[in-house]
Amino acid sequence: MSEAQDFKYIGQRTIRPDGHDKVTGRANYAADLTLPGMIWGKILRSPHAHAVINSIDTSKAEEDPEVFAVMTHADIPNQTASGVQNILAKDKVFYHGHAVAAVAAVTESAAERALGLIEVDYKILKPVMSIDEAISNDSPLLHDDLFTKGMAEDPAVPSNISSRNELSKGDLEVGFAEAEVIVEREFRTATVHQGYIEPHACTVRYDEDGQSMIWCSTQGHFAVRATTASMLGIEQTNLNVIASEIGGGFGGKLPIYLEPVALVLSKKSGRPIKMQMDRNEVFMASGPGSATRNWVKIGAKKDGTITAMKAKLCYEAGWAPGSSPLGPACMTVFTPYDVDHQYVEGYEVVVNKARCAAYRAPGAPQSEYACEMVINELADELGIDPIDLRLKNVAKEGTQTMYGPKLKAVGLVECLEAAKSSEQYKTALKDNQGRGVASGFWFNVGGESSVVINMNEDGTGTIVEGSPDIGGSRASMQMMAAEELQMPVEAFSAIIGDTQNLPYSNPTGGSRTTFATGMAVVEAAADVVSQLKERAAATWNVVPEHVDWKNGAAINTKGEGVLTAAEICGSAAKTGGHISGRGNISARGASPSFAVHLADIEVDPDTGKTTVLRYTAIQDAGKAIHPSYVEGQYQGGSAQGIGWALNEEYVYNEDGRLENPGFLDYRIPLASDLPMIDTIIVEVPNSFHPFGVRGIGETGIIPPLAACGTAVSKAIGIRMSELPMSPPKILKAIHDAS
Amino acid sequence: MRYEAPTTTKEAASLIAGEKGEAFVLAGGTDLLVRMKTGLSDPDLVVDIKHIPAMQDIKTTDSGTKIGGAVSGSRLNSNKKLKKAWPGVVEATNLIGSDQIQGRATMVGNLCNASPAADSVPAMIAAGAKAVVVGPTKRRTVPVEKIATGPGRTSLAKGEIIESINLPKRTGKSGDAYLRFIPRTEMDIAVVSAGVNLTLEKGLVKTARVCLGAVGPTAVLVQKAAKAIIGSKLDEESLKKMADACSAACNPISDKRGTVEYRTKVAGVLAKRAAKIAFERAGGK
Repeated sequence: MSEAQDFKYIGQRTIRPDGHDKVTGRANYAADLTLPGMIWGKILRSPHAHAVINSIDTSKAEEDPEVFAVMTHADIPNQTASGVQNILAKDKVFYHGHAVAAVAAVTESAAERALGLIEVDYKILKPVMSIDEAISNDSPLLHDDLFTKGMAEDPAVPSNISSRNELSKGDLEVGFAEAEVIVEREFRTATVHQGYIEPHACTVRYDEDGQSMIWCSTQGHFAVRATTASMLGIEQTNLNVIASEIGGGFGGKLPIYLEPVALVLSKKSGRPIKMQMDRNEVFMASGPGSATRNWVKIGAKKDGTITAMKAKLCYEAGWAPGSSPLGPACMTVFTPYDVDHQYVEGYEVVVNKARCAAYRAPGAPQSEYACEMVINELADELGIDPIDLRLKNVAKEGTQTMYGPKLKAVGLVECLEAAKSSEQYKTALKDNQGRGVASGFWFNVGGESSVVINMNEDGTGTIVEGSPDIGGSRASMQMMAAEELQMPVEAFSAIIGDTQNLPYSNPTGGSRTTFATGMAVVEAAADVVSQLKERAAATWNVVPEHVDWKNGAAINTKGEGVLTAAEICGSAAKTGGHISGRGNISARGASPSFAVHLADIEVDPDTGKTTVLRYTAIQDAGKAIHPSYVEGQYQGGSAQGIGWALNEEYVYNEDGRLENPGFLDYRIPLASDLPMIDTIIVEVPNSFHPFGVRGIGETGIIPPLAACGTAVSKAIGIRMSELPMSPPKILKAIHDAS
Repeated sequence: MRYEAPTTTKEAASLIAGEKGEAFVLAGGTDLLVRMKTGLSDPDLVVDIKHIPAMQDIKTTDSGTKIGGAVSGSRLNSNKKLKKAWPGVVEATNLIGSDQIQGRATMVGNLCNASPAADSVPAMIAAGAKAVVVGPTKRRTVPVEKIATGPGRTSLAKGEIIESINLPKRTGKSGDAYLRFIPRTEMDIAVVSAGVNLTLEKGLVKTARVCLGAVGPTAVLVQKAAKAIIGSKLDEESLKKMADACSAACNPISDKRGTVEYRTKVAGVLAKRAAKIAFERAGGK
């Protein structure tokens, strides 16, 4: 599609189908399932950040009358499955909180108590807690068999550097030779957590005939099935995974932690098992986002033409090589700019922290933060408005990206223009206040989605999709089905199918669901329409080509006659049986969503306290199916990014123990900490989607880091280059400067 | 675990004194229940004091105001007279936790939990509040600053319970204020805090008490800071002297919530700001 379309249902703000359940507390989350005969599983975690496991003695726990089963790494059937050492440590623990053993007991407190009966003999090693430590020559090695991948020559000795990436276009030397002004600077960001409210939990049952079931909170239940089946050495057909209602994920509920343990405990005990992490465990032992150290250098002509961009990025993986989002970090860093000469090299290092997981636009917030901060400093150096500088060098249709494809139609110009004419950008600031502007880019992905629409006898339709609904996708699916079938939204309900009763779908991630699963819905709905037309044609004894579908009814174009969906479905038995449409696709044509954010921040110069005065998030949605949900995503991304910029960080002590595994001292913004975040939805349609949709879930977390970074820098007149900009850091910067 | 709910303070004190294992007083429970849930405490006896009438009273007499040990933050907040006389003390208590916590949490519980960052304590100390301590056999009255002796430790003997807090009677022009620093807007623990209480005579500060929180093992009453503003109109010079005295009195630690340098510096800033509010509340110009 290319022309603007007229929509009947899309673009409306319909009532969300999950609203009542969530508001009343009726919704069933991961911890809400209880099965007859169920017992509780708990995990023993390492008190050390880095240690060799000499021995584990479980005998006392096994003799305990309330204990049904005990397990260690050795009890995992497939010892070579991917990720198995994060499930239960093998011979070494790599972070404070690393799982080392598990018990199943009659109650949760009995299980907790029984953990104390397990004796683990550790040989404590010096932990490696930062990039600087990891790359220093005298650093202890986490893995003595880790040789840096991606080097021109294979290294002769192991190190804590797990891989190197490089991307380039043009010729940097030429680019910097043309530059009249050059700005370069290094930035650091801390380890952060997604902060989803619902802790990881599952209830599982392993039956004596080998059939098994997992109920859990996940972004992708097919992925849970694949990983767990592989670790347990069982066939996928014998494992049904049911996705519960999910209380946030942001990438952090793509990996699994508890499910294989629970299933082994269930097999050993012959009982259904429930496991749930407490908040401390979530912070210690799920996957945080990488801490980084990133350097960016940009050159420009005096008229604002950017001539060259260079970056060196360094990302922590946590303990497990390959777990950082270094790849996307390198790919995204300069994409908002149409500049001929670009180069980025990236390094991933391992440290004694939990294995990193995806976090909303994984990798991009940190790398684009460094770029956007330098762009803003360059604007100051050149005396050019930061939005004008961006517009002068803006990525647009046809821009060659560093990572491969040329951009199709994208909405960055429109976002920048909307930012410039926004209310906020025109408002004057007072003393101790600063404004920051920043762009953000995220690719979005397509991938496999499967949808079935079952047409009921009364003519309503039930949409069964395989994408756990985190951001309101059930509503969007109903609306897209309604649009395609030209029937009211209320004629449809949407549910998430289990792995046993629906074809495969990729996880909800990469901002893919409304785009890709939406395409599958449209395909399934089109399939329904063609079947309805065929049934009507058979009823009228005409060929299907002589039947039109309009306003939810079949029309005989060669004679008299109108048949509604209800009439056709009600007599389906006489015309060939049940009508259901399918859409099993591997979606291509996902298109990027660009965003521009504005942050106004006041700093108390005597305490370093920051107050976000005003914030506007502007982003291209392609087409907003349900604008309220789209705005919610923009606001949610902004809130997370603001927290990342201002106060959120993992604090470790000198022994590598996490000091703040809870929401009291891991400070995500409270509702009262933020102003109402204004939103502007830009719509530049994605021609690959029938309604023009782009994924929008992730981009919104990218611009806040540099928007806030710049706003604070402007407010105090000092360039801040380290996140979070917590009050002690700001006050120290003010103190050091005076 | 045994749970008891006696109806007199003496009975409560005797129960605790007679317990061989670990015994805890349960007022609002906003600290105790969290400690139990996280495994920090595993009491053998819990004595609920909410059924003791004297613990639930807010009484104004000729000598001042008596606040029972089980009076919740939200009850303080709804007492207009108290708020007018001691706005700083009430505000300090009301800063603790959320609305839900305020329905349970008590000032005395905050005091006996003996956290260096307790919000109500610097305000009470600045106010010159006294604690009525009841044991199995005798009662005594102790200045609030003598209760906490270190993080989690108090001067109370086993079996001694604080029945009430006595705030002195307000005379003439007076005002108090309490400020704490947190990185967010609410639901947080003080990184550093300051309570100031003062009286005026002919527009000048006649008496003053300045107390800091979260800058040492216990709240710190800073007499030099008070001296710096006594006799002044809170001009810049005396305020600076007071702030410097506050910073000099700090003996904080660096931890996940703030550094030594930060706490030391901001203690003075908050004391200054609190003093200005107290001065204004006293009718100072």
